Amino acid sequence: MTDADQNTPDLSLNRIPEIGSAPAGSAAEARLAELWESAPGWRGWLSTVDHKTIGIRYLVTAFIFLLLGGVEALVMRVQLARPDQTLLTPEQYNQLFTMHGITMIFLYSLPVLSGFSNYLWPLMLGSRDMAFPRLNALSYWIFLFAGIFLYASFPLGEAPNAGWFNYVPFTELHYNTGPNIDVYALGMVLLGISTTVGSINFIVTLFRMRAPGMSIGRVPILVWGTLTASVANVFAVPSVSLAFFMLWLDRQMGTHFFDVLNGGKPLLWQHLFWMFGHPWVYAVVLPAMGIVSDALPTFCRRPLVGYSAVALSTMATMLLGFGVWIHHMFATGLPPLALSFFGATSMVISIPSGVAVFAWIATIWLGRPMFNTPFLFFAGFVVLFVIGGFSGVMVAAVPLDLQLNETYFIVAHLHYVLLGINVFPVVGGIYYWFPKFFGRMMNETLGKWSFWVMFIGFNLGFFPMHVAGLLGMPRRIYTYAPHMGWSFVNMVTTIGSFLFAAGILIFLVNIVVSLRRGATAAANPWDAPTLEWAVASPAPVYNFAVIPFIASRHPLWEDRLDEGAGRSSLEQGYLLMEGRETIGTTPLDALPDVILKMPDDSYTPFFVGLFSALAFVGLLLHSRDFTVLMALACSLSLMVWLWPRKNLIQRVPDVEYDKGVAHG
Amino acid sequence: MNCSTTRCSLKGKLLCGLAATPTLAVSAENRIAPLNYFLHSYGPASMPTMHLGWVFTGLLTVIFIIIVLLLVKAIFHKRSIEDSYSIEGEEQGMSWIYIGTGITACILFAMTVYMLLTLNRVAKPAHAPALTLTVTGYDWWWKVEYEDDDPSRRFITANEIHIPVGQPVLLKLKSVDVIHAFWVPVLAGKTQMIPGLTNQQWIEADAEGIYLGQCTQYCGVQHAHMGLEVVAQSEAEFAAWQNAQRKKAATILTGDIDAGWKIFLEQCAGCHAVRGTEANGIHGPDLTHLNSRRLLAGGLLTNTPDNLERWITHAQELKPGARMPSMVLTTAEMSALSAFLSTLN
Repeated sequence: MTDADQNTPDLSLNRIPEIGSAPAGSAAEARLAELWESAPGWRGWLSTVDHKTIGIRYLVTAFIFLLLGGVEALVMRVQLARPDQTLLTPEQYNQLFTMHGITMIFLYSLPVLSGFSNYLWPLMLGSRDMAFPRLNALSYWIFLFAGIFLYASFPLGEAPNAGWFNYVPFTELHYNTGPNIDVYALGMVLLGISTTVGSINFIVTLFRMRAPGMSIGRVPILVWGTLTASVANVFAVPSVSLAFFMLWLDRQMGTHFFDVLNGGKPLLWQHLFWMFGHPWVYAVVLPAMGIVSDALPTFCRRPLVGYSAVALSTMATMLLGFGVWIHHMFATGLPPLALSFFGATSMVISIPSGVAVFAWIATIWLGRPMFNTPFLFFAGFVVLFVIGGFSGVMVAAVPLDLQLNETYFIVAHLHYVLLGINVFPVVGGIYYWFPKFFGRMMNETLGKWSFWVMFIGFNLGFFPMHVAGLLGMPRRIYTYAPHMGWSFVNMVTTIGSFLFAAGILIFLVNIVVSLRRGATAAANPWDAPTLEWAVASPAPVYNFAVIPFIASRHPLWEDRLDEGAGRSSLEQGYLLMEGRETIGTTPLDALPDVILKMPDDSYTPFFVGLFSALAFVGLLLHSRDFTVLMALACSLSLMVWLWPRKNLIQRVPDVEYDKGVAHG
Repeated sequence: MNCSTTRCSLKGKLLCGLAATPTLAVSAENRIAPLNYFLHSYGPASMPTMHLGWVFTGLLTVIFIIIVLLLVKAIFHKRSIEDSYSIEGEEQGMSWIYIGTGITACILFAMTVYMLLTLNRVAKPAHAPALTLTVTGYDWWWKVEYEDDDPSRRFITANEIHIPVGQPVLLKLKSVDVIHAFWVPVLAGKTQMIPGLTNQQWIEADAEGIYLGQCTQYCGVQHAHMGLEVVAQSEAEFAAWQNAQRKKAATILTGDIDAGWKIFLEQCAGCHAVRGTEANGIHGPDLTHLNSRRLLAGGLLTNTPDNLERWITHAQELKPGARMPSMVLTTAEMSALSAFLSTLN
């Protein structure tokens, strides 16, 4: 353990935290940096629990998966560019589209948003870390290992091959004898652990870790988005983990959950999968919508129109999102009455999305737009969001869906939703927060090029897929005959997808160039309103030298907005430097409640992650001894992790604090 | 060969010319993109849906244009020059959300009602179906069973469904292995075929013609080549076809044909049946009236003697992973087998 009694803790349980300031260069600031800095070299690299490091790791790892999934997509596009191509065998094609789906949906789209939220949450909320820093590290390590696990069989030609929704009975042992599906099933159970602990961490962080005065109505929309997604994940992920676990039992232990010959039910899989699958779709877009809701106002020089409406619509979307899963199953022979209900809900779910769209347009209209690269991505996103939403309304209409379902129209729809609502805000968000991440600005010229190439390439690539779908082209076919009439649209799609890839490439070049030669960024280069811009760029290890007091939604615009008497106090606040400390506040009003002693760096999350992943490898290889050994090692690591330590005892602050009134 | 219908395109002619049932008028537009359900519908189970598609597409396109215009105007409209440092208050602009969401809700309500009315229209036929068939999905072909109260009038065929024109036909959909989905888009929406369940789907063709269908639920390595055809015929032609299909094979086994029959019995009958003979395999398509069918290999090939030979000897090249093996036969054996197969009319 690295943290063995470095500090001699003050054990009095009613310590009053000192209020003061710690300007850059002061002794107090140096002390904080020393407390929060990770050890240099590989030791710090493996043991760090800093949410910023973890956030960047999430972003980088998710982007690597995005590139892998993108290359898979391009290979498929070459195969489909013309009819009757034989670049790939059917089995290769099937593994490629399956891995493409798994990669983009599970290994890119949520993890990349977890990256933003991990990095930004404590900074936006005025805290020094997430609620459970070690759990945070564990969440990342398991995500990484689960990703490697899911890809491990790919080079052997035994990757999952049944599509990302993996319908039984095709995935039962009888029809799919290789290790392909076991890799997917076990990998998903493993990944589910990461998602679950990550989600719990976000939920607790929101309700416990906000700076004093940051009442629930003052948190940024990104926080609402991630909170909503996290709550949803806590309910949705068990469904899919259970489904995959049952499938694995069917395959390896001889159970009959989905085995028709022995009374199993194939439809059970579809229900369990989509009860998870649909909420998940919202989990991977709501935080991204939050990115836009928070960053767009900066470039419009005015606050977001309808903050409360947008926050409420975020949650309404998720609530309704739990009642629409049947729209993935309209063609399964359910009675028309049930279809009517779920069809109507699926159409109603557009209303909260409409709230957000009108809020964004009104914000632009009433503001003074500045045409920086992030603004282009966010404005482009609004267009793609509307197209994806409208094709969503079409597939929600039951009779129409019975035609559109399982055709390229769905492929078009889901790419407008996932690329349009996830990738565009994510790339825009990276342009926006890059100075905070790395202390340098990204290049604007390359930025604008990357936007236009991506935007044109995306629409050229994916809009014709709607047409292919209307012409009857089914999903997941490895080739097609020339007389089907799909040749032209497919060629256009292939060209567009390569153009889109070129746009991504320009973006990556921009990152490399800007990391080396970008202009040095000030603390708040965009003149943005939210708290993360109050700290230096890049953010210091301790985040806030003093825990600030917050009096409004826009702490950095208060002098100009004149929204009330209260003024946030950013320079003066709780010093809290007897070890790694931050303040815990009450869930709704954010009144200071407790001094939270934060854990030091630790190797245990890495080893718990590693050993649990290896235990899954043991299950995959049917090696009982190895599995048991790894499970024991994992338990041992957990015991070390959870061993009680005196210096983590928390002390109640004994202060009176009036909401909204600054101290100092 | 009566393919005189001037509407046939070149490819259509090719297909028609090769077809064994030559008297059918082929729907012309179907030839350009035969699964194009957005512009073409040939029956009451798909027509209301096609209209719904047009109305939704038109309406949403108009709304999309309005929203994009609003966005463009929002970005570019002239603003009074102000101090660039000042920030507007938070409160304004709520009317955008109230009005926008209000209009959205009204339009969505109307669309939902229209959608439900359409669903009601396509959910079941106006009058009781005249004919019931069972279609069973196999990896990667379709078994088609024509039911009858009299067992001797029942018969089985594959990949080609004949129906009388203008009559609703009820399809019972099953699967013996994995989930497939039955889809003849210009006639009706799709329905999954789920093992252990019997789903139902009705179709009705308004015009005589050949309508293409395709499996749309990913079902494994040859999902791409799991096609079928629906042949809609006049009442009389349909009855004649049915009568022909009911007959058992009546092959006179002489010379080459006899040699071919022996090869068939030895090498093919484990999977394929020829009614009226000892060949009664159930894993592959019933071949009793093989030559009456237009297509082979789940729609991959047109049914010609040459294609049939290629299919028998090179199935794994033409359709990798298919359950049909590539048979190793000498030239003499192949010609004997062909001679036998050519009698299965």
